[in-house]
Amino acid sequence: MKKPRISRREVEHIAWLAHIELTEEEKTLFTEQLNEILEYFRKIDSADTDGVSPTYHVLDLVNVYREDEVQESLTREEALSNAPKKERGFLKAPRIV
Amino acid sequence: MPELYELTGREVSEKIRSRELTVKEYISSILERIRKVEEKVHAFVTVLEEDALKRAEEIDRKADCGHGLGRLCGVAVAVKDNICTKGVRTTCSSRMLKDFVPPYNATVIERLLREDAVIIGKTNMDEFAMGSTTETSYFGATRNPWNLTLVPGGSSGGSAAAVAAGEATLALGSDTGGSIRCPASYCNVVGLKPTYGLVSRYGLIAYANSLEQIGPITIDIYDCALLLSVIAGHDPKDSTSVKIPQRDYVDFLEEGVEGFKIGVPSEFFGEGVDARVKECVWRAIHTLESLGATYEEVSLPSLEYALPAYYIIAMSEASSNLARYDGLRYGYRVEEDSWDWPTVYSKSRRIGFGTEVRRRIILGTYALSAGYYDQYYLKALKIRTLIRRDFEKAFKKFNLLAGPTMPVPPFRIGEKIQNPLELYMCDILTVPANLTGGPAVTVPCGFVDGLPVGLQLMGRPFREDLLLRAAKAYEDRAGFEGLRPKL
Repeated sequence: MKKPRISRREVEHIAWLAHIELTEEEKTLFTEQLNEILEYFRKIDSADTDGVSPTYHVLDLVNVYREDEVQESLTREEALSNAPKKERGFLKAPRIV
Repeated sequence: MPELYELTGREVSEKIRSRELTVKEYISSILERIRKVEEKVHAFVTVLEEDALKRAEEIDRKADCGHGLGRLCGVAVAVKDNICTKGVRTTCSSRMLKDFVPPYNATVIERLLREDAVIIGKTNMDEFAMGSTTETSYFGATRNPWNLTLVPGGSSGGSAAAVAAGEATLALGSDTGGSIRCPASYCNVVGLKPTYGLVSRYGLIAYANSLEQIGPITIDIYDCALLLSVIAGHDPKDSTSVKIPQRDYVDFLEEGVEGFKIGVPSEFFGEGVDARVKECVWRAIHTLESLGATYEEVSLPSLEYALPAYYIIAMSEASSNLARYDGLRYGYRVEEDSWDWPTVYSKSRRIGFGTEVRRRIILGTYALSAGYYDQYYLKALKIRTLIRRDFEKAFKKFNLLAGPTMPVPPFRIGEKIQNPLELYMCDILTVPANLTGGPAVTVPCGFVDGLPVGLQLMGRPFREDLLLRAAKAYEDRAGFEGLRPKL
C-alpha cells in the first residue's frame, strides 16, 4: 500500500491549528478524503516551474493610499450590533487564561 | 403575451419609463410568481416582499412626479446572500452567519439602488460559495427549475434558478471558480464573470480574494450588458478595483463578430467532457463561423494543472479569510463559563461551519503550513503564471476563446455530494478564467435530453465588450435565450 500523504495525527494537528474541532468520525472521514484530494493535487509536481515566478495577484497593484482624513463611519451601536456577547459598549470575549 | 414576470430587464424598465406599466403591478406579478413556485425551487434564503412593495410605490411616485428614473427603474433584482445588504440579513447560507445583519451596503447594492432597482430577495448558495451544486447550503438545496430532481449548479444556484423560474428579472452572483457560469449554464440563462478588478468587491463576504468577482446573471445578453454597466466601476473602498473609464456595455452589442478570430482550446474538449455537450458546443462554434468569425483549434498545455492549482490557491486563501469567524464580533458562538478561548473558538467553528467549509479550511491550512508551503501553495502560484502566459500567448492570435462552460449536463441532487473530488472536477473548464483574471461569459447553446448546455466565451482582461458582442450575435441567431422551464 502507498504511504498516506497525511496521517490521522496530522489531520488532528492541522485542525487544531485552524481552530476547528473535529468529531472522531470526522477525523476518520477527513483523513481518508484529504489523502485522496492531496494525491490528486500532487499532479502539479510534474509541471516544470523552474525559474517561473509566482502570481500572487493578477493585477500589478501597488499599495493604495488615501488622505488621512476623518470620514463618516459606523456608530458604536452599529459596530456592536452583531456581537454575540457584549457588555457596557464592549465586545465580551471568552476567558483567555 | 408573456406574463409580467417573464419580461426582460430592458423591457421592464422601458415599460415603466413610458408609464405603460407601474412598478407595483410588475413587482406584484413577481411576488405572485414567487408564491407559486418558490416551494418547488427554493431559490431564496430571504424574500423581501414588504420592502419591495414599498420601494415599488416610491419609484412609481417618483415617475408620477416626472423625476428622471434610473437605468434599472423598477426592475426586480435577486442578490446572492454573500453580498451585504444594510438591515437585511446576509447569511452566506451558513449557520455561522444565519443571524448576521450588515450595518452597511456592498458597493454593488448602492449602485443598484442609485439606478432605481428593486431588491427582491437574497438568494441561496453553497455555504460560503464553496460548491458547484448549491447543496451545501445550511438552509437546504436549491432545485433546478428545468427538472426539480437535478442540481441547479452552484455556488450562485439560487440566483440562476430565480432568474430561470421568473422569480426575479436580474440577479447578482459571485464567481470564484465558476460560481456564476456553472449555475447560469445549468439553468439556461446568461452569466458573466467580469475581469478581476472591474467590479468592486466591497461588501462581498470573502472566500478567495485573488480569484472572485461579482457579476450578472440574466435572461439574455442585453440585460447582462445593462447590469454590468451599472455595477462596474472604480471604488475607493476596494483597493483591488481598477481605475478605468466608465463604459456603457450596451453600446457595443450590435457590432457583430465579422472578422473575429476564435481559438478553440483542445483541452476544453478532452476526456471527461460529455460527447453530447461537445457536439452542442461545436454547433455553436459553427454558428459563430456562419456569422463571419473564423476559428482554429489551439492547445494550452498548462491547463492540465489548472484545477489542482486553483483548488490549492482557493483553499489557502479561504483558510486565511475565514479565520475571522471567531464568534467574537459577529457570527455563531457556543460557550460555557468554564471554557477557555481556544475551546469556544474551535467548538463554535465546528458547529457554525458545514462539512465542506471545514474540509477546505483544513486543506488550506495544510497547504500553507511549514514544510508544505513550497510544495503546494507556492507551486500552485507558479502554475498560475504558466497558465497566464498560455492565455496571453493565445490572445495575441485570437479575439476570444470558446468551449463548453460545464463538462457534463446537470446531474441528480445527492449524486456527487459524498465525493468531494468528483465534485471539484466539475469546475475544470471554469477555473482558468479565475486564475488568469480575464472575463468569461456563458450563453445558452442548446439542450441535451431536455437539459441546458452553455457555451463559454473567454476574453482578454477588460475586453468584456468583445465577449458580449460575440455572445449577442450568437444569441440573436441561435435563440435559446428566454426559453422558460415549465413549472
